Amino acid sequence: MVAARVGVLALQGDVREHVSALTACGVLPVEVKRPADLEGLDGIVLPGGESTTMGKLLRIFELLAPLRELIGSGLPAYGTCAGMILLASEVVDGRHDQELLGGLDITVRRNAFGSQVHSFEGPVEVAGVGSVHGVFIRAPWVERAGSSVEVLASVGEHPVAVRQGHLLATSFHPELTGDERMHDYFVTRVVS
Amino acid sequence: MADTSASTGTQLVKRGMAEQLKGGVIMDVVNAEQARIAEDAGAVAVMALERVPADIRRDGGVSRMSDPDMIDGIKAEVTIPVMAKARIGHFVEAQVLQAIGVDYIDESEVLTPADYAHHIVKSDFTVPFVCGATNLGEALRRISEGAAMIRSKGEAGTGDVSQATTHIRTILGQIKRLTTLDDAELFEAAKELRAPIELVKETASLGRLPVVLFVAGGVATPADAAMMMQLGADGVFIGSGIFKSGDPAARARACVEATAYYEDAERIAKVSRGLGEAMVGISVDSLGAGDLLAQRGW
Repeated sequence: MVAARVGVLALQGDVREHVSALTACGVLPVEVKRPADLEGLDGIVLPGGESTTMGKLLRIFELLAPLRELIGSGLPAYGTCAGMILLASEVVDGRHDQELLGGLDITVRRNAFGSQVHSFEGPVEVAGVGSVHGVFIRAPWVERAGSSVEVLASVGEHPVAVRQGHLLATSFHPELTGDERMHDYFVTRVVS
Repeated sequence: MADTSASTGTQLVKRGMAEQLKGGVIMDVVNAEQARIAEDAGAVAVMALERVPADIRRDGGVSRMSDPDMIDGIKAEVTIPVMAKARIGHFVEAQVLQAIGVDYIDESEVLTPADYAHHIVKSDFTVPFVCGATNLGEALRRISEGAAMIRSKGEAGTGDVSQATTHIRTILGQIKRLTTLDDAELFEAAKELRAPIELVKETASLGRLPVVLFVAGGVATPADAAMMMQLGADGVFIGSGIFKSGDPAARARACVEATAYYEDAERIAKVSRGLGEAMVGISVDSLGAGDLLAQRGW
């Protein structure tokens, strides 16, 4: 069987860590910097980074429209932190002109837990995965989830891991922990 | 709020924050308007300070942490992380910056040192620190004190990139050499580097620093930024280079694009057109030994 090709949006952020995690899951990671890199992908990961920067670079490098279209027509996608923001249909506490890919029927709050001194790590119970070590860095949370969105994990009353069909998003960064179970969930349960 | 077993200020949370900045440009800004221009251009973070290094160099005198009001004004203006500088060894300036909620502290040689023997014990803080280094030993000493991110020092406020080039080449060259050494040789190397053996071993086995490595000091053009990325930097700080140039907004955008697409000469050419005047700059050769900021820190 040919290994699935899973893209990692490589404009900015913790790309290397996602590439390592995907490699450990037995798929072929493909760094995506140009529209041509999108060809033949079975899924895509939107890494952590700065969502305003990534949004601008997506537009400048002509990836915004093709990626939006691919995600809209069913390309499986997994966004962590900034990636969750990019997949959201709406953002609060962001920039009014912030570029989003959309697709996931959620409203996210940027930097919801506060500034970096409030960033934290701790256990998170994720439905279908188990207890994972959540690393939350200036992380967003989900303020509103549409009726077709499944909440997989919450911190307090706020969802921090959600799935809507082919789209998966977490506020936290499994790529920083060396635990590939979230990536494995994406590869085996969402991409396949 | 968070689970009761959640912990803040851990090494993973501090280093992980810098991982999110990779491939990006961090820009020096002195007011909210400049911060807005930087964020609009796609900066991954801003460094809030009262005077950019070129002005600190020109004005002389003692240079200190910025007024908290000024930092608050910048924090209110942007959604990207806000960093601020504390003087080398000035742990109370660092306490103040942590108390007002900056996202990262730069213990910086650009400000006048407050202690000529000791650096801040950065592991005592919840907020993460970035520190300058001119070579691997200095980088590892800063990491052992708790720095979660390293940047080359370069020679800030000159617009002359040569020292940044020397520092990044030195650090990466020394790492390359470490990867060829056996255990006995690593002990000797740790002594030569004046760095803890555990960090020396970790760096040798990773083939890179255990934290993110940016370049700073003298970067003034998109080509400078892309050159630093091609040399192996994880990202770039641009200080005076943007707001001391003719068209800051255009230059800021161009530097962001050149950093993201650092291997694409055609794109770098495209974004380098029509940017107006670059900062005038001072050749490092023309500076006296007492004017070299990179020599601050030990």
